[in-house]
Amino acid sequence: MSDPILTVEGVETDIAQYHILKGVDLQVPRGQVTMLLGRNGVGKTTTLRTIMGLWRNKAGRIGFDGRDLNKMPIADRCRAGIGFVPEDMGIFAALTVEENMTLAALSGPLDPARKDWLFATFPPLRTFWKSPAGTLSGGQKQMLSIARAMAEARSLYLIDEPTKGLAPAIVSTMVRALRELKAQGASILMVEQNFAVAKALGDRAVVMDDGRAIWSGAMAELAADPALQERLMGLSMEAH
Amino acid sequence: MSDAPEHSPTFARVSLARRLDRAAPYLLVPVLVLLGYMAIGVPSSWLTLTVSGLAMGMMIFIMASGLTLVFGLMDIINFGHGAFISIGAFMGVSVLFWLPGWTQAASLPLNVAAISLAILAAMLLTGAVSWVFERVIVRPVYGSHLKQILITVGALIVLEELIVVVWGGEEIFLSRPEMLQGAITFADAALERYRILAVVVGLLIFAALRLVLQRTKIGLIVRAGVQNAEMVEALGYRLKLVFIGVFVAGSALAGLGGVMWALYEQVITAGMGEGMMILIFIVVIIGGLGSVEGAFIGALLVGLLQNYVAFLEPKLALVSNIALMTAILMWRPQGMMPVMKGH
Amino acid sequence: MIDWLISGDRPRSVALGAVLLGILFSLAFAPFLFPGVRALDTAATILIFIVLVASYDLLLGYSGIVSFAHTMFFGLGAYGVALASIHMGPGWDALIVGALAGALSATVLAYAIGLFSLRVRAIFFAMITLAVASAVAVLVSQLFQLTGGEDGLTYRIPRALTPANRVGELFGVRINGRILAYYLLFFSCTALFLLLLRIVNSPFGRVLQSIRENDFRSEAIGYRVVAYRTAATCLSAAMAALAGSLYAIWLRYVGPDTTLSFEIMIDVLLMVVIGGMGTMYGAVIGATIFVLAQNYLQNLMGAASDATSALPLIPDLINPDRWLLWLGVLFVLSVYFFPTGIVGRLRAGR
Repeated sequence: MSDPILTVEGVETDIAQYHILKGVDLQVPRGQVTMLLGRNGVGKTTTLRTIMGLWRNKAGRIGFDGRDLNKMPIADRCRAGIGFVPEDMGIFAALTVEENMTLAALSGPLDPARKDWLFATFPPLRTFWKSPAGTLSGGQKQMLSIARAMAEARSLYLIDEPTKGLAPAIVSTMVRALRELKAQGASILMVEQNFAVAKALGDRAVVMDDGRAIWSGAMAELAADPALQERLMGLSMEAH
Repeated sequence: MSDAPEHSPTFARVSLARRLDRAAPYLLVPVLVLLGYMAIGVPSSWLTLTVSGLAMGMMIFIMASGLTLVFGLMDIINFGHGAFISIGAFMGVSVLFWLPGWTQAASLPLNVAAISLAILAAMLLTGAVSWVFERVIVRPVYGSHLKQILITVGALIVLEELIVVVWGGEEIFLSRPEMLQGAITFADAALERYRILAVVVGLLIFAALRLVLQRTKIGLIVRAGVQNAEMVEALGYRLKLVFIGVFVAGSALAGLGGVMWALYEQVITAGMGEGMMILIFIVVIIGGLGSVEGAFIGALLVGLLQNYVAFLEPKLALVSNIALMTAILMWRPQGMMPVMKGH
Repeated sequence: MIDWLISGDRPRSVALGAVLLGILFSLAFAPFLFPGVRALDTAATILIFIVLVASYDLLLGYSGIVSFAHTMFFGLGAYGVALASIHMGPGWDALIVGALAGALSATVLAYAIGLFSLRVRAIFFAMITLAVASAVAVLVSQLFQLTGGEDGLTYRIPRALTPANRVGELFGVRINGRILAYYLLFFSCTALFLLLLRIVNSPFGRVLQSIRENDFRSEAIGYRVVAYRTAATCLSAAMAALAGSLYAIWLRYVGPDTTLSFEIMIDVLLMVVIGGMGTMYGAVIGATIFVLAQNYLQNLMGAASDATSALPLIPDLINPDRWLLWLGVLFVLSVYFFPTGIVGRLRAGR
């Protein structure tokens, strides 16, 4: 793989007294969507949070776009070009949708063209622009969370389960939005439990188990091989 | 917490009851003023008491606002906050003593200028002291409430004793500037001039705070940080720098409140800030830790209630605040306007 | 036998064991070892504060809760005995009724405070106890018809416990009621201390410690955090009240300065931190060192200040009036650098 945008090497992370990541190695190629798969509790979310700096890794190295992230403060990782959509969406409920978006625009006001694109992709944002984000529905909050990460162009997006608990119509909105994002040249590392979504979006896949990455390869290869899925993820994740 | 289910499209359902629920804290102040009117019966006394209650509440709010924001933003509880009140008071009073020509002149602009200078000096000193305080005292104990309480109580004692070293251990009496002494009569009620000034200053500070919090990017970062500090960091803001700014500004406000309070009581002691902390804690608890609006309403309630009750039954004045706190915590265990954490 | 008495909670350090034995021995034979009124007063104060500090450590060290109302509970016990002695006349029954009433009201008040503050956030507790304690202090000075206000109350206790009761002579020391009173204190305080030791080493005490370490996990395991914390608060309050009752018996006087003041609260905090949080033996060492320092070091500071009066600044800084300044500095430094206190140091250096 030539010049991946993100390289994670031997990363270990403890949360309190628990040893969660036990040496994760993975790479995210430029301009592609990499799916982070695996059963619940194997460390997928912790991996994303460690890359973002929300947990500190006690060993290993995280390299992003030619820089070493290990000592970098959380805020600087964002400014270096990483957008983050956390598992709990991280919406500021008491702020309006507009304020949530304004906050995400680091270099001055939100770019009008980008705003129009986001409105076109996620119409509810326009409808509820002036409403407190806490009054949005779950799906609308997820749209806001992703739109917020996309408020300015970032080179890498870390997205944690964007389709969790969403209605099928909203899921397809999400898939479309992420495709457009990729078309703009962004790289994406995404945790996804919905295998259909993973198959539809993913170029590559990394499968984790017990705090380690145990397999990586083309998403198509994994999708085509139920036996491999069975072996890697315990249960078959055939498309719904 | 058993709030509404997570995915409910709640927008359509903001019912009257829910709106009332949200507005209820705001309504408490007029309700209390009305109850005071009925209990006191004499309009002129009621007006006098209401103005002094508002003045007291405004001053408590000024002192409490920084404490509640610091807590909301970084989950830090600073028992040493009271020391900044005392330091501000001593600094401000020293400046007033240096400017006898301005304070004794029968000119409102000169008097106000003297007070403004005193306030400026007090805020500069408390701001500077708090900057050191944050680095030396607070920073090593992030994340541990127990240690925070112990360390900041220790620091409170040290700062109070340092005041004694610098200014001496005796209480210092002062009189208000010439034009702010005495009272004006309005609708048969005697309204002390200084209390009117205190109300004006309090309103200005509240308006300024709201303006900064609601209309500026920094304010937006602070409001977001109070809800979810981690996410603000992940969006690219170094919250620690913002926090230091808030800590220094909040402490400077405590210094401002100290000057105002000194002129109100016309006597200062090193322990005055420690004494104020009791009312301030009551205010931030009933307001909802981290909420500036909550602290504002809480401070007004405490000030008004204290004045009404002191008039009706002096011995119950202090207990009335405990009763108020109990009642509000029974109604809303997190305080009137708890800060929404998370989403 | 000894192991049973101390509930199996051994000092786990030879040096610590030796110091503790030394303190026990000195306190047990204080009237004979250190004759004189002042020395006996100091010894009695140490006894009282050992119980007061140990009961506070049950909250701070074992449960991780900061309270500023501990002296209020202490005061409730003291005023209970004082009021009972005044209104029932001097007698043993008055002492018992007063002590029980004090302990009971302390428990009820602690329960009420715990109910309001502990269920939301543990830090509410620190702020609310501060507010309530100061309100009670003001109330005590306002209700002077009942409490004597700032002047406090003096009263009589059973004659058997007063200096007027002459019993005889032992080892060349005249035994009077005052010495009997001292031994009443000594045995009561020892019993209360051993009881506290028993509590913290019981399953209840272990749950408290696990809550302190990680309240989310304990909640998940199924211990009802609030119930346990409230129980610890009540127990600690009752113990503080009993210590206050004993103090009232010893002083034959109660007033805001001796029982309720915030300064005593700070002293107690300092004793816990210096001795070592989360270990009952820390209370013994902290209280002993602190009370001795308070009674004798301040004089020393005065002498040193006079001796250095020719020098600039130094006499000001070691003036006995700066006592509190140095306490504060010591306090901050101890929390930073010796969070486990003297006991922790001794155990680590074993």
